[in-house]
Amino acid sequence: MASQTQSVREQTLSSVSDSAPRLWPGLWAIFAKEVRTEFRTRELLVTTAVFALTVVFMFSFSFDPTSEESRRIGPGLLWIAFLFAGTLMLEPAFLREQTNDTLAALRLAPIAPTAILLGKTLANFLFLAITEALLVPVFAVFYNVSVANVIPGLVLVCLLGTLGIVVPGTIFSALTAQARMRELLLPLLLLPILTPILIAATEATAALLSDPPEWPSMALKLLAGADIIFLTVAYFLFDSLLEE
Amino acid sequence: MTPTRIFWLAAKIVAALWMAAAGYAIFFIAPDERTMHEIQRIFYMHVASAWTAGIAFLVVAVAGLLYLVKRDPRYDWAAISAAESGLAFTTVVLVTGPIWAKPIWGIWWTWDPRLTWTFVLWLMYIAYLLIGTLVEDRNRHGVLRAVYGLFAFINVPIVWFSIRWWRGQHPSPVVAGAEPGSRLDPTMWAVLFFTWGATLALFAVLMRGRYRLEAIRGATEELRQQAEDSAPAHSDAPGLSGADTPVRASLI
Repeated sequence: MASQTQSVREQTLSSVSDSAPRLWPGLWAIFAKEVRTEFRTRELLVTTAVFALTVVFMFSFSFDPTSEESRRIGPGLLWIAFLFAGTLMLEPAFLREQTNDTLAALRLAPIAPTAILLGKTLANFLFLAITEALLVPVFAVFYNVSVANVIPGLVLVCLLGTLGIVVPGTIFSALTAQARMRELLLPLLLLPILTPILIAATEATAALLSDPPEWPSMALKLLAGADIIFLTVAYFLFDSLLEE
Repeated sequence: MTPTRIFWLAAKIVAALWMAAAGYAIFFIAPDERTMHEIQRIFYMHVASAWTAGIAFLVVAVAGLLYLVKRDPRYDWAAISAAESGLAFTTVVLVTGPIWAKPIWGIWWTWDPRLTWTFVLWLMYIAYLLIGTLVEDRNRHGVLRAVYGLFAFINVPIVWFSIRWWRGQHPSPVVAGAEPGSRLDPTMWAVLFFTWGATLALFAVLMRGRYRLEAIRGATEELRQQAEDSAPAHSDAPGLSGADTPVRASLI
C-alpha cells in the first residue's frame, strides 16, 4: 500500500512543473489509484451489487407485487436500493486510507485537497454507476417492467441521481472516517441529505416506466438543480475538509 | 455579578413573562376563528415556533460557515446551541401540527409537502446533534458539523420545492403571499407577532444557556489537554510546565 502511494506521488510530482499543485494531474492520479485498487479485488463492487440485489428480493417478498403494482412501487424501490448501496459503498472510500494510514501521505503529496476529493468522488461515481447498470436489467426482469424503449432517459436519470448521491456521500465519508460507529453515522447523516435526490429520481423513473412513457422534464430539472447546488457547495468546501 | 450576567438574568425573566403574556393573548385576546373555533388557537404557537426554528437553523448555517473560515471553536459552540434550540422549536411544530390536524383533517399525519419537509428537517438536525457524541476528535467533529449544517440548510429549500410540485394539503400562507380573501384579522396578526416575539426571546435565552454549557465543556477539554501535554515533563519542572506550549499533535 505504501509503495502505491509512493507511485501516486511520483506520478504527480513528475507532472507538476511549478510549486503550485495543479488540479487535473492529481485528480487523475487519485482516480486511477482508486480504480486500480478496486479492480484488483473487486470486493466493493461485488459486495454492493449483491447487497442491492438482496434489497430488491426482500422487497418482492414484502410486497408480492403484480405487474401493475410493480410499475407503481418499482421506481421507489429501485432508488431506495441504490441509495442503500451507495451509502454502503461510500463508507470504505476513506476507511481504506484510514486503516492503511495513507491519508497523511496523500496530504503530503503535492496534490490539492480538492483533487483528492474530486478523484475519490469520480471513482465512487464510476463504482455506483456500474452497480446500477448491473441492477437495472435484473430489476426489469424480476419485476416485469419493460425498460428497453426508455434506455437513454433511464441512463440520464441514473447518471444525474448517482452524481447527487456520490458528491455529498464522498464528503461525509471523508469526514466520518474517524468516527466511532461510522457504519451507523454515515447513513444517518447522508440519507436525509439525499431526500431531494430520492424524490426527484423516483419521480423521473416513474414517469419513464409509466405506460406510455412520459418525459420527466420537471423531475430532471430538479435533479440537475440539486446536483449543481451540491457540486457548488462541495467545490467550495473541499479545500477545508482535509486540513488537520 | 458582571453586566452580561445581569443582562441574561433580565432576559430570562423577560422571556418567561413574555411567554406567559403570549399565552394570555392567545386564549383571551385573539378572536374566535369562524369555522375552527378554539382549536385554531394552536396556530399562534405552531407558526411562531416554525419561524423561530427557521431562524435558528439559519444561525446554525452561518455559524458553521464562520467556523470553517476562522476555525474559532466559539462559532462551533454557537452552531450547536442554535441547532439544539431550533430542534426544540421544530419538535413543538411537529407536536402542535397533528393535535390541530386530528379534529380538522380527521388524521394525525399526512405526507404533505410541508409536513414531510419539517420531518426531514427534524431528522437532519437530530443527526447533526449526534455528530458530537460519535466523533471523538473535537477538531474534526467541528468541521463535520459545520459542513453538515450547511448541507442541511441548503437542502431545506430543495426538499421544499421537490415535494411542493407533487402534493399538498397544508393550509395556504396567511401572512406573506396570502390570497386576498384569506387575510388574517388584525388582532390575530398582532397576537401572532407577539407570540413570535416570545418564542424568539425564549430561543435567545435557551441558546445562551446552551452556549455557556458548551463553552465550559470546551474549557474543560482544553485543561485536560494541557494536563496531558505537561504530564511527561512533570519530573523536572512540576506545575506550569507545558501549559504555555499547548501544541496539538499534528500530522503535518
